[in-house]
Amino acid sequence: MVVAVTAAEETREFEEHFDRTIAREQRIEPRDWMPGGYRKTLIRQISQHAHSEIIGMQPEGEWITRAPSLRRKAILLAKVQDEAGHGLYLYSAAETLGADRDELTDMLIDGRQKYSSIFNYPTPTFADVGVIGWLVDGAAICNQVPLCRSSYGPYARAMIRICKEESFHQRQGYELLMTMTRGTTAQRAMVQDAVDRWWWPSLMMFGPPDDASPNSARSMAWKIKRHSNDELRQRFVDMTVPQAEALGVRLPDPDLRWNDERGHHDFGRPDWDELKRVISGDGPCNAERIAVRRAAHEDGAWVREAAAAHAAKQAERARGAVA
Amino acid sequence: MSSDMSSDMSSGVNGDMNGRVSGGEGDGVRASWPLYEVFVRGKRGLNHVHVGSLRAADDETALRHARDLYTRRNEGVSIWVVRSYHITASSPDEKDPFFAPSGDKVYRHPTFYEIPDDVPHM
Repeated sequence: MVVAVTAAEETREFEEHFDRTIAREQRIEPRDWMPGGYRKTLIRQISQHAHSEIIGMQPEGEWITRAPSLRRKAILLAKVQDEAGHGLYLYSAAETLGADRDELTDMLIDGRQKYSSIFNYPTPTFADVGVIGWLVDGAAICNQVPLCRSSYGPYARAMIRICKEESFHQRQGYELLMTMTRGTTAQRAMVQDAVDRWWWPSLMMFGPPDDASPNSARSMAWKIKRHSNDELRQRFVDMTVPQAEALGVRLPDPDLRWNDERGHHDFGRPDWDELKRVISGDGPCNAERIAVRRAAHEDGAWVREAAAAHAAKQAERARGAVA
Repeated sequence: MSSDMSSDMSSGVNGDMNGRVSGGEGDGVRASWPLYEVFVRGKRGLNHVHVGSLRAADDETALRHARDLYTRRNEGVSIWVVRSYHITASSPDEKDPFFAPSGDKVYRHPTFYEIPDDVPHM
């Protein structure tokens, strides 16, 4: 008996299989059937994440030549190199979905794709390097640890590698700040100033509040995301308060206090208009970050072309030797 | 270059975006590098395991990039790189009849055989 299966029936079957795989907490792998929206959402999220790592090299990279000791310079170099590595793991994951790496770079440079708003803030002092490690990488870890269980296999695996390395990033930052707070009054003031500038932007890293984050629910249903923006933000605040106390710095929020009833800290409302402005391109360093990325890409074109030409010549010679 | 890129897309390990072939074709200036899959042996005695992919101009630079990207913290003692399009893969679907021959052969497993508990070393 021959049964004609219509395209619609087939799609429904694929969809059910996909839903069951997700429901069983199994991973979706590159060549599995997946809904178009799932693929699109992942490509957007992963490439945005990759761009953030790559742009994230800049604020701290500025301090490599000015780090106060060889030890700090070596640490900072390793850290910035890690950020490049994280970007590449993530571009690699995006490519398993059919995205093209060159096109993603183009979309970053011409502003069609975004990166994390946090990297649009300046790093005027060396304390910023420490505070980025402590707060920015701390917030990133909060965001990223649940992504190690993301439903898309290559993304989850990339996140596992990244999280292992981020732990070094956060600890080196905190140690840097401990060293500075044990130093002179001027150094302590420098740390407090950096904390004052980075605290609110760090809270914004978790994205808009849940009621203004329309795509979150779908991402959570697909198990791409595991926790809502506000949940993760709360977790970060609760984690950070005792760290600030141990460091002897003040977090710049008059509404920040322990709430016994909730078992969490209450805290003030980030300036969501500022987040909107910075995301839409009007932050302190947006233009500079993109200009630097564009220059690196364009100035490096001859290297990519030369390597490809060399490879072609070598392949040609190898063919000649065989013939 | 363009034929390389389209081969990458139809290779065993990566996905395709609903039939769209991406890559640097038709743009001579761009000189896209081909995709490589990277396998790392964590330490002596273990198999090489797939860790991810990267782009490189040729095999030699692919190895170097793999070292810089995937073994910055002593993660490996040996690396293989292979052009993605050289990999042939089975269909990802677990219901694929490809794997059916092993599905119904429970007698290949030691637990299939009932042996009294008091027989030692079994």
